[in-house]
Amino acid sequence: MSGAFRIPRAGRLSQAKTARFSFDGQSYTGIEGDTLASALLANGVHLVGRSFKYHRPRGFLSAGAEEPNALVQIVRDDARKTPNVRATVQELYDGLAANSQNRWPSLAFDVGAVNDLASPLFSAGFYYKTFMWPKAAWKSLYEPKIREAAGLGVSPDKPDPDHYSSRYAHCDVLVLGGGAAGIAAALAAAETGVRVILADEQAEFGGSLRFETGARIDGQDGFAWAKGAIARLSAMDNVRVLSRTTAFGYYAQNFVGLVERVSDHLKAPGHDLPRERLWQVRAKRVVLASGAIERHMVFANNDRPGIMLAGAARTFLNQYGVAVGRNVGVYTANDSAYAAAIDLKKAGVNVAAIVDLRDNPTGPVIDEARALGIEINFGRAVIRAGGKLRVSSMTVQPKNGGGERTIAVDAILMSAGWTPSVHLFSQSRGKVAFNDETKRFVPGTYAQDCVSVGACNGTDGLSATVDEAYAAGAKAAKDANARDYGAKTAKGAKPKVDASESWSRGMLGAAPGAGPDTTVKAFVDFQNDVTAKDIRQAVHEGMRSIEHVKRFTTNGMATDQGKTSNMHGLAIAAETLGKPIPEVGLTTFRAPYTPVTFGAIVSHARGPLFDPTRKTATHPWAEAQGAVFEDVGQWKRAWYFPKTGEDMHSAVDRECVAVRTTAGLFDASTLGKIEVVGPDAAKFMELLYTNPWEKLEPGRCRYGIMLREDGFIYDDGVVGRLAPDRFHVTTTTGGAPRVMNHMEDYLQTEFPHLNVWLTSITEQWAVIAVQGPKSRDIIAPLVEGIDMSDEALPHMSVREGKICGVPTRLFRMSFTGERGFEVNVPADYGQAVWEALWAEGQKHGATAYGTEAMHVLRAEKGYIIVGQDTDGTVTPNDAGLDWAVGKKKADFVGIRGMARLDLVAKGRKQLVGLKTKDPKVVLEEGAQIVEDPKQAIPMKMIGHVTSSYWSQNCGRSIALALVAGGRDRVGDTLYVPMPNGVIEVEVTGMVFFDETGGRLNG
Amino acid sequence: MAKAAAKKTAPVASPSVERRPALAGRSTSATGVKVEVLPPAERISLRAPEASAAALSKALGVPLPKKPKTSASKAGRTALWLGPDEWLVIDEAGNDPLADCAKVSALHSAVGISHRNIAISVAGPAAEAAINSGCPQDLSLEAFPVGAASRTILGKAEIVLLRTAADAFRVECWRSFSDYVFTFLSEGARDAAG
Amino acid sequence: MLLIRCPYCEEERPELEFRNAGEAHIARSANMAGESDDDFEKFFFIRSNPKGIIYERWRHMHGCARFFNAVRDTVTDKFVMTYKAGEPKPAKLPGASK
Repeated sequence: MSGAFRIPRAGRLSQAKTARFSFDGQSYTGIEGDTLASALLANGVHLVGRSFKYHRPRGFLSAGAEEPNALVQIVRDDARKTPNVRATVQELYDGLAANSQNRWPSLAFDVGAVNDLASPLFSAGFYYKTFMWPKAAWKSLYEPKIREAAGLGVSPDKPDPDHYSSRYAHCDVLVLGGGAAGIAAALAAAETGVRVILADEQAEFGGSLRFETGARIDGQDGFAWAKGAIARLSAMDNVRVLSRTTAFGYYAQNFVGLVERVSDHLKAPGHDLPRERLWQVRAKRVVLASGAIERHMVFANNDRPGIMLAGAARTFLNQYGVAVGRNVGVYTANDSAYAAAIDLKKAGVNVAAIVDLRDNPTGPVIDEARALGIEINFGRAVIRAGGKLRVSSMTVQPKNGGGERTIAVDAILMSAGWTPSVHLFSQSRGKVAFNDETKRFVPGTYAQDCVSVGACNGTDGLSATVDEAYAAGAKAAKDANARDYGAKTAKGAKPKVDASESWSRGMLGAAPGAGPDTTVKAFVDFQNDVTAKDIRQAVHEGMRSIEHVKRFTTNGMATDQGKTSNMHGLAIAAETLGKPIPEVGLTTFRAPYTPVTFGAIVSHARGPLFDPTRKTATHPWAEAQGAVFEDVGQWKRAWYFPKTGEDMHSAVDRECVAVRTTAGLFDASTLGKIEVVGPDAAKFMELLYTNPWEKLEPGRCRYGIMLREDGFIYDDGVVGRLAPDRFHVTTTTGGAPRVMNHMEDYLQTEFPHLNVWLTSITEQWAVIAVQGPKSRDIIAPLVEGIDMSDEALPHMSVREGKICGVPTRLFRMSFTGERGFEVNVPADYGQAVWEALWAEGQKHGATAYGTEAMHVLRAEKGYIIVGQDTDGTVTPNDAGLDWAVGKKKADFVGIRGMARLDLVAKGRKQLVGLKTKDPKVVLEEGAQIVEDPKQAIPMKMIGHVTSSYWSQNCGRSIALALVAGGRDRVGDTLYVPMPNGVIEVEVTGMVFFDETGGRLNG
Repeated sequence: MAKAAAKKTAPVASPSVERRPALAGRSTSATGVKVEVLPPAERISLRAPEASAAALSKALGVPLPKKPKTSASKAGRTALWLGPDEWLVIDEAGNDPLADCAKVSALHSAVGISHRNIAISVAGPAAEAAINSGCPQDLSLEAFPVGAASRTILGKAEIVLLRTAADAFRVECWRSFSDYVFTFLSEGARDAAG
Repeated sequence: MLLIRCPYCEEERPELEFRNAGEAHIARSANMAGESDDDFEKFFFIRSNPKGIIYERWRHMHGCARFFNAVRDTVTDKFVMTYKAGEPKPAKLPGASK
């Protein structure tokens, strides 16, 4: 027997399939198909958690996703410890281990419960008022302590070993909610042939049919009908049926986020199964069939374990075969709780009494309850519950006052009525409307192509629900079907409701026992420990808007999002304010409807799929050589190539010296490359770069500067003219995508009359830079069809020919100041050509060098790196690049911006060189520069270091810096104050090595 | 025009070095879908105004499609509409579309990108679901029929998607994104199979 | 994620394929070098930032790669219409009362 409270022949689970599980270390037996909640209740366990603020003992309020109390930690293994799992949602599997939360040292004896005794201190707004002073203590003392005390569950401290997946899906009709309404709508839509997705958060479809014993559809029990209908839908090609799938967010243009819990219910999930799957669904039409959530009664101590929603007790009985007590009381303002009493009574559970706040309600369920001999008390209220770790009694009093009577019970089933679940409708930006007669908010004005059906639309009665839903499903299919899918009207017959239950309304706000003058703990929001008194106090303290009340009290916040508490809280605030409910308004329902794991949101985007890792064609070679890589945007670039025993410093020194004495090979493939083609190519280049291009001869190259319209340097690079109508443009590595975008922008929108096109060829060509005095000797033997002499191929020229038998665009150019070449070859040949060059290079003592040596070598020559030596506020003049600006040009992007008053003013920061007085001291990049180190703090900073290296070739440190009026200060001494003392520097020109540039042809 | 380009890309006569395509030969299978790196192909990015389309179509031997999201295919050569003046021409028959375009005097730009792109085949009944693991477009046959082609997104990478059969797609991406795209599609395939 | 109609692709496509490119219909002067300080300020720095209808540029970055113009309501975030680059500002918006 799987628990003493399991009722033979009740429920739909097979008693034969047992599953063992543990809770707080204690072993129990449940049945496959149980939730953790039903399995615990079958074993008589009600106490499952402690509340957030007061640490009050808590049990199960509900049987579903709206559960505010029964949050537990599920522990699969060391790395899988999921906190805040709703026990009413977690399905049981053999071996499941769960722990209670928010208690120490044990659930039954919790030290934190002293908060409950001290609760006058912990009133609404307590945190705001109490921890104000001293201000500094908030961060260091109050906040950490509060967080420690308030935590619900423990976060796992290891990487999540599970994987998560995601899927974009499109459909004509998305039906959210798989109760009678959702199934009927899905059937109607599916039968027309359109694409339908039907999702429900439960493991089994049926919604309230799971507990409504009085429902009969198409001649069968309601639940059996649902099962049959789902089987039919699942078999249809045009329908996707998703169970255990929660629609958590409804976004613009019918874009809905769903999370499917794929394997949390499995004992041993297969390796290929994700834990969860995120569905991002775009639907032409959405049918909302999200049902209604039952409200609790607000009375003193209504949070004692054993007190729960009447519908939940019915679900536990009719679905799981579990009695929630042996001697239950019922407290209601609504008919539906009678059905719970009747079902339990028929199952052999004693119903001590029904207490009904209404005066003289009539109806078939009341008659039936009476006929079963259940005591019914009209016009009375339960003013408080007795018991602590479990409810033991309910005290009843006429609602307008009078003698009290205490009735012993071990559970109280309550129902204040049903709140339409308008969360998703509200998230869709629809406006709810208050129905004064039924006292509920229902969908009013729609903002998107969706429709609400059934209980979430305020439709009462199964028959009306099915009619409405079926019609809505058919209409949604028709409306969605703008194109012809060969769809027909619904072929099937509308489900016929033979019998149903009727639920009349209920009440909102505090019941008499928690009336305006009391300070008892009558909970409105269980998860956030908000009582009726707190809400009244918020109003008394001046909160007028319900949004303020919410924030002051935390009512309806956090994961709960007001599922059970919203309407009660609103009604109490309205009553206290003396305003009608619609005038107080409703707080916004925010996504997610229920908590969504980070895993599901991140989905595939972790590990190697966090972000693309881009590698060049020669990457495997560099890796094999033991290169150390650095990240440059998404690229991995060889940073330096340490030989055995070398650290970075010595490797870089060696690489720098080798380039200037023999030669070095460098992978420059990541530089952006754009082919500019068309008869107006030169005209376009004239407009996009500061330089003149019309007269550049084919076969020659030029260093180009690109500005933004504001006159600041945006990018730079060497451009080769391959033909009158064809340029090969290079950009910085990081700038490649934005430069392309910038060029396309001007071409398409400002200069669309130009006949020119741009193609990114960054990845078409692998680029091997060969630099150094021996560079030509290394390349020449491998090249065909290109005259490599200085006369035929001078510095800054480009030729097309072959190298190693493959096509090449061979650039004679230098970013080192040495004689240099950049060999472009089709990327798939990149590594093989590199290897061939490497083999040639070995004959001359060449080395491979990485990005660090490249940086040092270019700094020795004063070549700038855009983005390092410039920062988006540097003009060509600031950078000493005036020579690259075409003085005779009538227009180019940035021509006017460059002439702005402040851009031509004196004293602008200019790029200069810095030499430390002590040649061994290497400045820190980013260090600030001052004129007088003895001045009072804060000192006047006149510039900063942009690049700084040890230069083995110069035998000293070198640096570039942006300094106010820098070029006029050459020869001056300036100071760099650092924590360990002031560094003296001399302002110099930007070139530290080979000032005359003779080595370019050396 | 485009003479310089033609000269440089004339069919390569026996290179003395080995071609090493990215991800060569990589493939992975899951129930209902196979993800496989395709062999190298000749490719050009072709840009031209409408007036040049007829001459280029003739030279290429395949009509350049004029309708968005479509492609045309003939004798191992496929032209994909990528934009109103942009086509991706893929030749799997070993012929050089760049050389063919070089003979056309009508205004155009043809740029060789054979090595820029990598092609990955995703085939099988679960192919659509595998790609939808990271591609936000509607890939149903109604919205994305056989022959449909589009530049789009897969996760954080740009791809060009071509539907070659009801249950088969060709995914093209840039060389350095190919590892990411292949891994993404493999993950998608694993999930689509489940 | 929004759906945006690309006037070149002639269909609605997912927002992930697009990139916003700032306000539309700000013409670059044919005589840029001769612009006054005031005119340059208006051209480069001043944007309307309206509450309500905005005319803006988008690029179908990961689609047809074309820049185009869109009319969007900054209050509802809804696209009213899109049209090709170079086309004039629409005189009348669909659904507008006047």
